[in-house]
Amino acid sequence: MTDQTQNSVAFVAESIIPESPPPARERGIVKWLRANLFSNVTNSILTLATLWLLYLVLSSTLPWIFNGVWTTSSLNECREVLDGKVGACFSVLTERWNQLLYGFKYPYDSYWRPNLALVLLLVAIAPVLFFDLPRKMLAFTVIYPFLAFWLIWGGTLMAPIVAFVGFAAAAAFFQHFGKGSFALGFFGAIVVAFAVWILGGMLIPEGASENAMLSPVPSRDLGGFMLNLMLGVTCVSLSLPLGIALALGRQSDMPLIKWVCVVFIEFVRGVPLITLLFVASVMLSYFFPPESTVDLFLRVVIMITMFSSAYIAEVIRGGLAALPKGQYEAADSLGLDYPQAMRLIILPQALKISIPGIVNVAVGLFKDTTLVSVISMFDLVGMIRGPILASTEWNGVYWELLGAAAALFFVVCYGISQYSQWLERRLATDHR
Amino acid sequence: MNNSVFFGALTVAGLAAGAAAAGTLDDVKARDKLNCGVTTGLVGFAAPNANGEWEGFDVAICRAVAAAVLGDPTKVEFVPTTGKTRFTALASGEIDLLARNTTWTFSRDVDLKFEFVGVNYYDGQGFMVPKELGVSSAKELDGATVCIQTGTTTELNLADFFRSNNISYEPVPIETNAEAQQQYLAGACDVYTTDASGLAATRATFDDPTAHAVLPEIISKEPLGPLVRHGDSEWGDVARWTLNALIAAEELGVTSANLSEMASGTGNPEINRLLGTEGNLGEMLGLEADWALKALSVGGNYGEVFAKNIGEDTPIGLARGLNAQWTNGGLLYAPPFR
Repeated sequence: MTDQTQNSVAFVAESIIPESPPPARERGIVKWLRANLFSNVTNSILTLATLWLLYLVLSSTLPWIFNGVWTTSSLNECREVLDGKVGACFSVLTERWNQLLYGFKYPYDSYWRPNLALVLLLVAIAPVLFFDLPRKMLAFTVIYPFLAFWLIWGGTLMAPIVAFVGFAAAAAFFQHFGKGSFALGFFGAIVVAFAVWILGGMLIPEGASENAMLSPVPSRDLGGFMLNLMLGVTCVSLSLPLGIALALGRQSDMPLIKWVCVVFIEFVRGVPLITLLFVASVMLSYFFPPESTVDLFLRVVIMITMFSSAYIAEVIRGGLAALPKGQYEAADSLGLDYPQAMRLIILPQALKISIPGIVNVAVGLFKDTTLVSVISMFDLVGMIRGPILASTEWNGVYWELLGAAAALFFVVCYGISQYSQWLERRLATDHR
Repeated sequence: MNNSVFFGALTVAGLAAGAAAAGTLDDVKARDKLNCGVTTGLVGFAAPNANGEWEGFDVAICRAVAAAVLGDPTKVEFVPTTGKTRFTALASGEIDLLARNTTWTFSRDVDLKFEFVGVNYYDGQGFMVPKELGVSSAKELDGATVCIQTGTTTELNLADFFRSNNISYEPVPIETNAEAQQQYLAGACDVYTTDASGLAATRATFDDPTAHAVLPEIISKEPLGPLVRHGDSEWGDVARWTLNALIAAEELGVTSANLSEMASGTGNPEINRLLGTEGNLGEMLGLEADWALKALSVGGNYGEVFAKNIGEDTPIGLARGLNAQWTNGGLLYAPPFR
């Protein structure tokens, strides 16, 4: 038997074959290429087409960028230096960077003020964005708006202090009376705040701003990317709470509140932003006596905030609608009243669902701030379209300037987008 | 974020600014600052330089008026306006004077209730073509594609011109001058038409300006001038005669070089009256006696302002043409200072 078996088997391996590397086409870069780029005929064609496109784009842009001239003082000098070669004239950025970032009228020796305000903004916004940070940092967040106002606009320190005291008094009033009656607390707080502001305004001596520690800068002198950032940050942070209030108001059982919110949202959503901005800049000055107008920056902030709050309200309404009815009933059955139910159960879930939508609105709003250039405010795009392209030295430089503007916006918008993705991962409590 | 303070300030400001109905001249003096409307940026006419100071041909008018009224050419608040916001800014009182290459037309003067105080630049609509097109007159442009800014009078002028010459064209509508430059250079249109000064400024920025020609035909009248609101003739007079002083000074040979010498008195009585060493013209205007002297000390007479900002030695390189003194065959003709 055994012989037969031995004879019937032609070959028996007596040792394990040594491990050998996979064939060349099944490993490393080749495998990756085959699997991802050339897996079949269609993909291969698409890959080659894409490579060709990339080559077309890069072969014209890379020499343009790397041949760029950084040191001349006008477009004509750039052309002389390039002498017919392809190349960008980045000199406009090196000569006018301060105008692109701060506008052309912000005092040169005060650039540290908006810079400091920006650094402090990061500190102030951190505990809001990253809730693992110690809650005590929120105290600085509360002070920050007033501090930033003082830093950027300068003038007497009394103005932001009076403003802060007004808000603090209103908050204290609401804390005390709001528990008994919401309406009394709410409207009383508004009255208290205005009383403090008017009384405090009288306390500020005439001309206090003239000799203040930080020289005053009127709103008209703000400009450049600083203006875009200021408008973006201010309007997003104001329109979020307003949007939540509007979304809740629209779902309210009280007809008056409900209809006010519905009319507001539908009206604002039905009007283009640029129309609202024109109203802010042009029409409003007809309604005020000459010499006394609301600050243009404030007018624009109000309009953009109105606009984006209507959109955010609708996004949040979507989040509220996505919650199962059981959540509302569970809150009721726990004996929570309306504010508690909203604060503890409904809104945390609704807002979590709404994050992508809210971030979408925020990014869109930030980019929409460039629209203020049409009402002759010199934001980043306004600076480029107006003063810089109209100077005899730089008339005709388009790609370099607009490319720089696009890069600045991209950095900020990409940052916002990355944050929102982190936030969604961090808040993911379901197990889908 | 920072609103509350504004609200507070607004309340105070609203109470304080009840009666601002006095004359504009008194307002400007009380404010110690002239609010002057300019463009948001037009090569040679108005644009801030690298230090953020406004410069240009229109800006010089603002500075001259400020110097005449307040004695200091830096006491000007330049309010940038767009083509859409300029008239409301003036009508609402936000600015005292609009010097923004605005064409003097009947309807703007009469219907919009403004008062043009004179003409500081005689412009007209022209055509620019690449030289390789081989065209030497606008009448040879039959069938050409024309880049044209929409919603301006240039559009209507163009239609009139081609119809009256019985030739056809194809319009390529564009929104801004910057867009026009790109379209024209990219060959999207054979011809670019706008005001002749704008064509010259645009051509100056090209890689090779000599490859493009501005055709001799000027198909419209565009007298550009500063304007004020109707109904305040005293203020209108101040602006009008400041402009006239710049023009008359050139005619009389008063330049920034010989200004101080002439200010001590000359043999020409009209120069003496202009510079305030004789007569009381300044008093009649409600200004100091040396108002014109101050206005002229800013940037010299009209010719010097022209040469510095848009003249032939600048990249824009405009010839005086219609804007020469009447004695040199131009249209500038200042009424006598008497």
